[in-house]
Amino acid sequence: MQQLIGELMRTFDLAKSPLRELNEELHRQKDGSNEAQWEVLNPRGGHAIAVGLDAPIKVDVLGSVGYYCAGMNKKATVTVHGSAGPGVAENMMSGKVVIKGDASQYAGATGHGGLLVIEGNASSRCGISMKGIDIVVKGNIGHMSAFMAQSGHLVVLGDAGDALGDSIYEAKLFVRGKVKSLGADCIEKEMRPEHHEALSKLLEGAGIKDAKTSEFRRYGSARKLYNFNIDNADAY
Amino acid sequence: MSPKIPLTTPRPSATFDDYTLSEIRRASATGIYDIRGGGAKRRVPHFDDLLFLGASMSRYPLEGYREKCTTTVTLGTRFAKKPIELKIPITIAGMSFGALSANAKEALGRGASIAGTSTTTGDGGMTPEERGQSKTLIYQYLPSRYGMNPDDLRKADAIEIVVGQGAKPGGGGMLLGQKISDRVAEMRNLPKGIDQRSACRHPDWTGPDDLEIKILELREITNWEKPIYVKVGGTRPYYDVALAVKAGADVIVLDGMQGGTAATQEVFIEHVGLPTLACIRPAVQSLQDLGMHRKVQLIVSGGIRNGADVAKALALGADAVSIGIAALAALGDNDPALEAEYEKLGTRAGCYDDWHEGRDPAGITTQDPELSKRLDPVRAGRRLANYLKVMTLEVQTIARAAGHNNIHNLEPEDLCALTIEAAAMARVPLAGTSWIPGVTGAGGF
Repeated sequence: MQQLIGELMRTFDLAKSPLRELNEELHRQKDGSNEAQWEVLNPRGGHAIAVGLDAPIKVDVLGSVGYYCAGMNKKATVTVHGSAGPGVAENMMSGKVVIKGDASQYAGATGHGGLLVIEGNASSRCGISMKGIDIVVKGNIGHMSAFMAQSGHLVVLGDAGDALGDSIYEAKLFVRGKVKSLGADCIEKEMRPEHHEALSKLLEGAGIKDAKTSEFRRYGSARKLYNFNIDNADAY
Repeated sequence: MSPKIPLTTPRPSATFDDYTLSEIRRASATGIYDIRGGGAKRRVPHFDDLLFLGASMSRYPLEGYREKCTTTVTLGTRFAKKPIELKIPITIAGMSFGALSANAKEALGRGASIAGTSTTTGDGGMTPEERGQSKTLIYQYLPSRYGMNPDDLRKADAIEIVVGQGAKPGGGGMLLGQKISDRVAEMRNLPKGIDQRSACRHPDWTGPDDLEIKILELREITNWEKPIYVKVGGTRPYYDVALAVKAGADVIVLDGMQGGTAATQEVFIEHVGLPTLACIRPAVQSLQDLGMHRKVQLIVSGGIRNGADVAKALALGADAVSIGIAALAALGDNDPALEAEYEKLGTRAGCYDDWHEGRDPAGITTQDPELSKRLDPVRAGRRLANYLKVMTLEVQTIARAAGHNNIHNLEPEDLCALTIEAAAMARVPLAGTSWIPGVTGAGGF
């Protein structure tokens, strides 16, 4: 690990030092830390990189990461200059995570808050069980995305795969492209002014300027499966 | 006039018994399966089918009340920087705020802390009442991730990744709308009054290879301090334990079919999973084959009621046990003093299991503010502490009588079985013989 004395940027090379040291260093950072910018070299698909952060720092990972990068993130901004393996930003509470490449399955799973931006495509189960997180995917998303999604927003500029929003609760889904199929209890809903406004803010937050909110369709819960009814059993 | 023909005595069917017929009528009337709380109620081979041999000429006993008999246990020695030290090997199983009232959760914490043991969160997150009153608190990491957040994760003393539970291995949970108060709804990030489904498998990993990476992530987030438990329902214990060890568990919690749930289908509770007795030896064998017995600790749960059950589980190779239904009974659940109120609900004290409906007259399995007030968490906590202490004394009594100065020295050789089934499952000899079905040939003394 090398420290650039007198500068805010710190560089950590995972080819030279272990993951444990990286996460320990990042966990030491608190609000107001003067070590607010970090660069992580040679991630080489490693798992659990920059997990459990709890300070408003910026971490740039120069390469692709494995499972659970930025898991349970709070306050920090983590940018992966490559692609991410399964479960990126899982259970994120706040802050921002940006994936410059593609993301594997379960991106943003169970996230409670913050913004996850995937500049490429996301695989299956994107936003599964999401609980307040906002997710913006510039490309396509795979099947079973937003399964049992509770709250928050999932914005997709490309297409969505099969069974979008299956068993969805109160999350709001916006898709610009085609939706292969909707899951149980997920329906298309009207885009009212407040939805255009919310979508506009999400696109702005993700740095997207070339998309109009009028190009999107909104999907959400029909709320027919909220209380069990035997006559709905064939929906499952 | 023809002679009177004698009538035969009315003969109920053993197959279509009263309960079965009542269930057919209930299903026909409602069109929905029966949901209830608790564990399997059917008779299955259990600890009652085992006996301790006690000391005699070949072994000598220790003096009761005089000679020391250690009960402490340390959990999480494999990887965690801060293993859990408990005074007694009886822990409180995971039960959610939502399924239980806040007062009940507080009472469990109080009772466990007085007795020197741990309590466990459940589906729905950690409440301040529970954390505040629990000296040692295990934080469950469940498929639903309701209320999961890194701050509570760091406040916990250990993390229990729930893969399954004995009452419904392979099944998720259901908290019906009537128990979703404002507070429960907020903690779970869902609208009030809707049925809350808890997923049956985790949203971001499948299988032991993924679990290994998930455990790495949780350890990294918590700086490798906290023991990681993996809880499985009793299904294929030999292989499940081996895979949990492979995935990096510090502690394995193994829950048999008598273990309780807040709510699931009756058909699931009674027809899926293994009896607790059938789980222990395959699990211990698995640990022994891997050279990990006592290095990865084994907690057994499902139908533990008294010190004899605890002693038998330990003798078969467990490091500790966990109680749920028994702990609720100690708080006051199903108390005959409330018989009149149970009758109004169409049941009897001792049989009440519609915990999901939230109308518990004991104020335990409810979110109704008026019913919840009936449970005094201080007094209920004291009752639980008393019960835990009695069980511990009972284990010591048996251990001393078997000649052990540490309850963890109890061993299978201290036991015999009353039935062939129990002998086969526990892998101890049928009483009065040296026959262990499936292990030794018949004969001998």
